[in-house]
Amino acid sequence: MKLTINGQTHEVDAPTEMPILWALRDVLGMTGTKFGCGKALCGACTVMLDGNPIRSCVTPIKVAENKAITTIEAISEQKTGQAIQKAWIENNVPQCGYCQSGQIVSATALLNTNPHPSDADINAAMSGNICRCGTYNRIRDAIKQAASNMEAEHEG
Amino acid sequence: MKDNIVNISRRNFVKGFALSGFILAVGMPPPSVMADDKKYGRNAMPHGWVDNPLVFVSISEDGTVTIVAHRSEMGQGVRTSLPMVVADEMEADWNKVTVVQAYGDEERFGNQDTDGSRSVRHFFMPMRNVGSAARMMLETAAAASWSVPVSEVKASNHEVIHSPTGRKLGYGELAGAAADLPVPARSELAYKDAADFRYIGKSHNKLVDGQDIATGNTEYGMDVRLDNMLYAVVAHPPAYGDKLASYDDSETLKVPGVIKTLTLPSSPPPAVFNPLGGVVVVADNTWSAIEGRKKLNIEWEKGPNSQYESKAFRQQLQQAANQKGGKVLRQKGNSYEVIQASKSTLSADYYIPHLAQAPMEPPVATAHFKGDSCELWAPTQAPQASRDTVAQWLELKPEQVKVNVTLLGGGFGRKSKPDYVVEAALTSKAMGGKPVKLMWTREDDIQHSYFHTVSCEHLEAAFDANGKTQAWLHRTVAPSISSTFDASSVHQLPFENAMGVVNIPFAIANIQLENPAAQSHTRIGWFRSVSNIPHAFAVQSFIAEMAHHQNREHKEFLLELIGADREIDPRSLQDEGNYGESPELYPLDTGRLRRVIELVTEKADWGKKLPEGKGQGLAAHYSFVTYVAAVVEVKVNDDGEVSIPQVDIAIDCGPQVNPERIRSQVEGACVMGISLAMLGEISFKDGVAEQDNFDGYQVTRMDGAPAKINIHLIPDDNYDAPLGGVGEPGMPPIAPALCNAIFAATKKRIRDLPIRQQLKS
Repeated sequence: MKLTINGQTHEVDAPTEMPILWALRDVLGMTGTKFGCGKALCGACTVMLDGNPIRSCVTPIKVAENKAITTIEAISEQKTGQAIQKAWIENNVPQCGYCQSGQIVSATALLNTNPHPSDADINAAMSGNICRCGTYNRIRDAIKQAASNMEAEHEG
Repeated sequence: MKDNIVNISRRNFVKGFALSGFILAVGMPPPSVMADDKKYGRNAMPHGWVDNPLVFVSISEDGTVTIVAHRSEMGQGVRTSLPMVVADEMEADWNKVTVVQAYGDEERFGNQDTDGSRSVRHFFMPMRNVGSAARMMLETAAAASWSVPVSEVKASNHEVIHSPTGRKLGYGELAGAAADLPVPARSELAYKDAADFRYIGKSHNKLVDGQDIATGNTEYGMDVRLDNMLYAVVAHPPAYGDKLASYDDSETLKVPGVIKTLTLPSSPPPAVFNPLGGVVVVADNTWSAIEGRKKLNIEWEKGPNSQYESKAFRQQLQQAANQKGGKVLRQKGNSYEVIQASKSTLSADYYIPHLAQAPMEPPVATAHFKGDSCELWAPTQAPQASRDTVAQWLELKPEQVKVNVTLLGGGFGRKSKPDYVVEAALTSKAMGGKPVKLMWTREDDIQHSYFHTVSCEHLEAAFDANGKTQAWLHRTVAPSISSTFDASSVHQLPFENAMGVVNIPFAIANIQLENPAAQSHTRIGWFRSVSNIPHAFAVQSFIAEMAHHQNREHKEFLLELIGADREIDPRSLQDEGNYGESPELYPLDTGRLRRVIELVTEKADWGKKLPEGKGQGLAAHYSFVTYVAAVVEVKVNDDGEVSIPQVDIAIDCGPQVNPERIRSQVEGACVMGISLAMLGEISFKDGVAEQDNFDGYQVTRMDGAPAKINIHLIPDDNYDAPLGGVGEPGMPPIAPALCNAIFAATKKRIRDLPIRQQLKS
């Protein structure tokens, strides 16, 4: 079947029940999106489907038919994604970094719908993403920094 | 694969073979500049240490300096911190530095066991030596090219300058000539003054891998891809010691993508790093392998641990903890008599269950067996142990096995045990030498960890009429990590007892420390900060209970127990471990312990007035030759729900190489400490872990993490002083500080972890 990923159409020869995660990683070789739990419990596999964050480890590729998948590899094409990535690097957010693809996609989706999230908004949007290294405070700081940078840019 | 070391022989260079731009590192035999045969610190580690610049540094003609990181990166920042030391000491411009990861070869690189909070502590000096030697070789080469005395030249920020004339040569221009020079003897090395450090002790360098992580461009073990690679998962025996009786794979083989099933041998105890056995499902993609595994019909033969049940086992441990006796670890005065005779005594029991490390990247490895050799790619904390264990299982020599070390998606001790690497190697061999990536699902990871032990801690104290502590008794009972290496072992090893049982620095006249026996019924292994977790939880909770019992202010009482500032020889506490460090270089300094307590209480505004339902808790603990104290502030609402507005942590780890990463490690240790205290539990029934994913085995998420974590570093500009550990020591004080805060807020004392629903009622 055809999958639209990061603006490009790919012909994917895989069972339609295959989760998007494994189509990305094993069939297409896009390994930026991570496996963490296989049950939508940890958020490491978060991608956007038509702009909404979803857990790709439990979402079969058939659900993505005629929809647009956005992964970490192309998140910088969104202004929000770019601002988030910049704030991540600036704040040295990652420790091991393994969960951060999912964190960044979730954070970008948050700022896309809520450009000025409160702490409670951030907690609500990000608590589906586990970081075992415990970088939560820096994630929160980086999201706020990205939000304020975008606002400054907008005003400027 | 990217980031592997290019190794070019000098002869090839001279003959004019392709150079790839590497000049300084050209093929000198790895000269094993090994340390003298001492018995402490880095000298006591397998294969010791190497500080040869020809092993660790290369310079290309364009001036790019490539520095080898020989320790595994799992989030502690070692790929940034140790190369930063080399770059600083050799006056390299950090913007012109690239870092490559060493493969597993301890004879070449020195010890690579990335655990024990040792990487920077053990390799700061060797990496300074590397940088210093490289700088001196570049200076000598420049002086020779200008025919001037070397005393007239000075390396500065990637070039060597002839001061009298202002002439300059860049590192790229000098690399070839420098490579021909002998490596200076260690006794001739000159070091930079700390005042001239550009990177050491500073926090402005960004993470080496930060950009790649933020763009999804890194390569973890999970991300390795080889041509024609197959994918595998394993159906492991449900309980440790169970064996495969028979299986039917007919439904499995119908799953599209599944290629084959095969069996892995089970290993008799002790577990060591051997595979657990079971059935491997090999497919052309991961999902098919997982789906195929679900369709296996397996009969297991129950083994000796199939009765293991956590509730019953806890009773056994508790019984042992309540009985006088067991192995006596330390005896001073007569605690039994004093407690018996005292009018004022207190006793309490604490329990901490098994825990699983659960790194976000579960165990995974890729193997390519080639008949007389095997190449592997693995996220491993133990590259040399991986190599040696794979070699044993494949009946090859270690030299025939190459272990490429990828980034680790977390480790926390789990990835010190390379059982999963062996599984990948055996599967590739069984598949006729096809490359195989073998992945553990989260269920495999949580059910078949090398678990943190389970423990009961029994404490007693006696006080005199003035409220002064006269006697202390601590009985600690827990299956030992040693059981993983010797199945008959039932007592804690000295290194486990030296994690907060024998080396309590308290000025108490009568002390009795005992360790009754405990059998293990699963694989017990290291978990970040190891036995410090239960010991610090019990000891630091009990001290708060003692203070309360005596109507004493907690901080004052704790400082009184610690007593006057003094340097204690750990051997006088019958601590022969001392984290492997020299007792002369690393005495237990009670003044440093006092200072972290004073700093953290000052910064946290200890004793401040708080509204009802809020409280502060304090704990302090010495581990990994580092001193840490924490103040946790909690809020407990009417429904018994805990939130944590603020945590303050003070750490004295000696001189600091990368303060920014020290902060991040302690922040992370804080969250992991909160996680195990609030939620962490692996329990067994019928020998099987009852939790198998992040729904049953919960870990702290953003909404449960402290709203604010403030890290306070004790400054130390003396870079000749011994360094302390960083990755682990932040964790032990967190659980007791949290429970002490909960007591302050609610008057409810938590003695069993995890806290979970205990405050709801």
